[in-house]
Amino acid sequence: MKGNLRWKIPIILLVLIISLLYFLPSFSGVKDSPLSKIMPDRQVNLGLDLQGGIHLVLGVEVDRALERSLSQMGQDIRDEARLSDILVLRPRVENSRLVFTLLQKEQQPELDQLLSRTFTTMRVVSRQSQEDGRITYTLDFVQEFKDNLKDMTLEQAVKTIRNRIDQFGVAEPDIRRQQEDRIQVQLPGLDDPQRAIAIIGQTAHLEFKLVDEDADIDRAVQGVIPPGSRLYHQEITLPDGSTISEPIVLRAETAMTGEYITNAHTAFDQYGQPYVAISFDSRGSRIFERVTGENIRKRLAIVLDGNVYSTPVIQERISGGRASITGRFTVDEAHDLAVVLRAGSLPAPVFVMEERTVGPSLGQESIERGVRSALIGGALVIIFMIFYYGFAGVVANTVLAFNILLIMAGLAGFGATLTLPGIAGIILTIGIAVDANVLIFERIREELRRGLSPRAAIEEGYNRATLTILDANVTTIIAAVILYQFGTGPIRGFAVTLTLGVLASMFTAIFVSRVIFDIWISRRKPGMVLSI
Amino acid sequence: MGFQIVKPNTDYDFVGKRRIAYLISVSLILLGLISLAVKGGPRLGIDFAGGVIIQVKFQEEVELSRLTAVMGETELPGLVVQRFGDRSDYEFLLRTSAENMTPSEVREITDNKLTEHFSQDFFIIQRLEMVGPRVGADLRESALHALFFAVLFIAIYISGRFEKKWFVAAFMAAGLAGGVYLLKLISIPLAFLIFAAMIITLVLCWYLRLNFALGAVVALIHDVLITVGIFSLLNKEFDLTIIAALLTILGYSLNDTIIVFDRIRENLRGRISSSLSRTINISINQTLGRTIVTSGTTLLVVLSLLFLGGGIIHDFAFALTVGIIVGTYSSIYVASPILLNFRPVIEEEEEEEPAPARKKRRPAYQNR
Repeated sequence: MKGNLRWKIPIILLVLIISLLYFLPSFSGVKDSPLSKIMPDRQVNLGLDLQGGIHLVLGVEVDRALERSLSQMGQDIRDEARLSDILVLRPRVENSRLVFTLLQKEQQPELDQLLSRTFTTMRVVSRQSQEDGRITYTLDFVQEFKDNLKDMTLEQAVKTIRNRIDQFGVAEPDIRRQQEDRIQVQLPGLDDPQRAIAIIGQTAHLEFKLVDEDADIDRAVQGVIPPGSRLYHQEITLPDGSTISEPIVLRAETAMTGEYITNAHTAFDQYGQPYVAISFDSRGSRIFERVTGENIRKRLAIVLDGNVYSTPVIQERISGGRASITGRFTVDEAHDLAVVLRAGSLPAPVFVMEERTVGPSLGQESIERGVRSALIGGALVIIFMIFYYGFAGVVANTVLAFNILLIMAGLAGFGATLTLPGIAGIILTIGIAVDANVLIFERIREELRRGLSPRAAIEEGYNRATLTILDANVTTIIAAVILYQFGTGPIRGFAVTLTLGVLASMFTAIFVSRVIFDIWISRRKPGMVLSI
Repeated sequence: MGFQIVKPNTDYDFVGKRRIAYLISVSLILLGLISLAVKGGPRLGIDFAGGVIIQVKFQEEVELSRLTAVMGETELPGLVVQRFGDRSDYEFLLRTSAENMTPSEVREITDNKLTEHFSQDFFIIQRLEMVGPRVGADLRESALHALFFAVLFIAIYISGRFEKKWFVAAFMAAGLAGGVYLLKLISIPLAFLIFAAMIITLVLCWYLRLNFALGAVVALIHDVLITVGIFSLLNKEFDLTIIAALLTILGYSLNDTIIVFDRIRENLRGRISSSLSRTINISINQTLGRTIVTSGTTLLVVLSLLFLGGGIIHDFAFALTVGIIVGTYSSIYVASPILLNFRPVIEEEEEEEPAPARKKRRPAYQNR
């Protein structure tokens, strides 16, 4: 038996030291001390429910990106065809398909050749001959390109959201693609969740469109809109502070988009009113110069996500690639808009599919309550075990403390996250971990009653109970593994701590407690009674 | 030797009381099922049903009726206001179905309305959770999948484990998987699939004479049904954490059952009595000390979680409390007596024996 102890005790000490090394850095006091240099630089991560923060699942409307690409493709086809003297009319998107009309059916072979040569990502779904000699074309992207586009859209969306969050300034954000068209965003520790969500969720599709000065607003509101124009609404703040939504007719064709923006920042006009100053890259500057040069004395509307922000009159050709977006902004709003424009627009609109926001105060409260119930529950168990099993109870309590240390070290070592259900898992483990010792102790008691010596009784008790303990714990692990597989964040935390707890209890309750008993036996004087 | 709750020679007749126990169990289950039927199924939390919940904490006591009236002005669809956690926490939970509204809008409406009636620093929105319909449907499905796989794996494990018939267990797994696959072909809802899986498991256990497994599975179903029934009776909501609690209860109850069963097998091998019911009774009594101590310590910690853990974890702790009590009861009064009705066969254990010159290969168990 002594020979056994010679290698068992060092193993236990080694495990103890390693787990201390992993666990201690999680205490802020230890982290800053010189000790931290020799310790692994890992801490127990707290879940969003404990440290407060936002969990978001965003759905990306990839179909909208697809439609936008189709619409763009329609313009390109028309322009390209015009170069070959082919007249293509009214390219438009209907039911996620590109539809346009070829004016003269004699040009069909030429157009078909152009399409198959230049527009390889498109396929012709149908050609319908009209009575007046026109042909209506229906086109769609080839499937491979569609999948590719969806993929790119999601990648781009993730990148844009990450950019925005970085600019907004959040420590350790976690942004990742999920199944289908979903993006999961986790932002720990935020005071103003609403603002963060507004920044993440804004499409920020910036367009410059010319105002259709000839259109009759009253008729437009009734639905009579000149071809090539579209009805929009502009929020106007009245002197008394209230806002009204004013209709305005803009040219449907976008003069320029925000894709050329290189920088955006908040500035203030002479009245102290904040606005967003933007600058374009060289290509954007050239386009902007052309647009402004060709439309002097006309109004240019700045449209963000379909809402008209302002409609300044173009006074002169603007070179140098600078523009400003004015409107009734608060300073925060102007700042956030600048962030969003800098980070780029989302390739498609997103919508919130799931949101879970926990304020920092509630997170702190949850930790305190969790810890308090663990301490009180644990204390009750410890007192009971000492009362009920005497010396053996002390052994059980010692290995219980070791067990919890192992769980915490495991959490830190594997980089797992501690959540509120995770704390519950640890608390439950306290109950389950003593069970292993209870089983062994009850067995030892039985053997003692049968008249065995303490040494033989301990031997018998451990031998007979061990297999049962292993078996019984397998079922808990099955449940925990399934939970981990199908659960979400907080539940996974529960599955992790429960599994760690059960695994650790096999080591502490069976192996470590046995060693303690063996030490007791080796030092026991003849006639000493086992307190169990 | 220290203090003992159960005296060494306790010989309480558990098996004899089994008919009373069955009666209690069946009526509890029926009560729960009736409640479920009357209420049209379990009451689903936003995880599964979708919607928005907002947790608000006030500085001082606010009457529930007043808050309900105040929030009623917002005309949020399907608004329910309830107290959350302890009364002394001054916390409330607002729930709305909030169709066609973003969570930010709901937060703003709530914030504005509360600011209108209370001062700005008098309340704080501590938590907002929104689950959209698609995510709700997904979570529902993954919860049901979790339950389904739990039943499947546990059935396989216990049939292999108790009967040392891994081949039969594999056969059973194949039978179960096949049966479920056939049912899936006719696309029945997942909830029924789980129910069907349980029935198939029971029938297979019975048909393959996996009696210990049968007893364990019956006890499991018993525990889960009673817990679900009590939740329905008390009008508590089902969300993801409750599913986690149910799975934990499955594990715990089985744990308990395994320990009693192990002792029964040991005693059957040791020929402790010629009567099966007597053997079972002795085994239950021998493990009674452990059963009570473990349930007691686990209950201690779970109760401290229930009373001190706060509102968020409250229902989870409640489910565990019910599950532990019911699980302990079922391993004594349900799982073991079931063995009596379907006498276990323990052939392989007999082969292990040094084959004494005994004529009867199998002891004739007397069913009392």
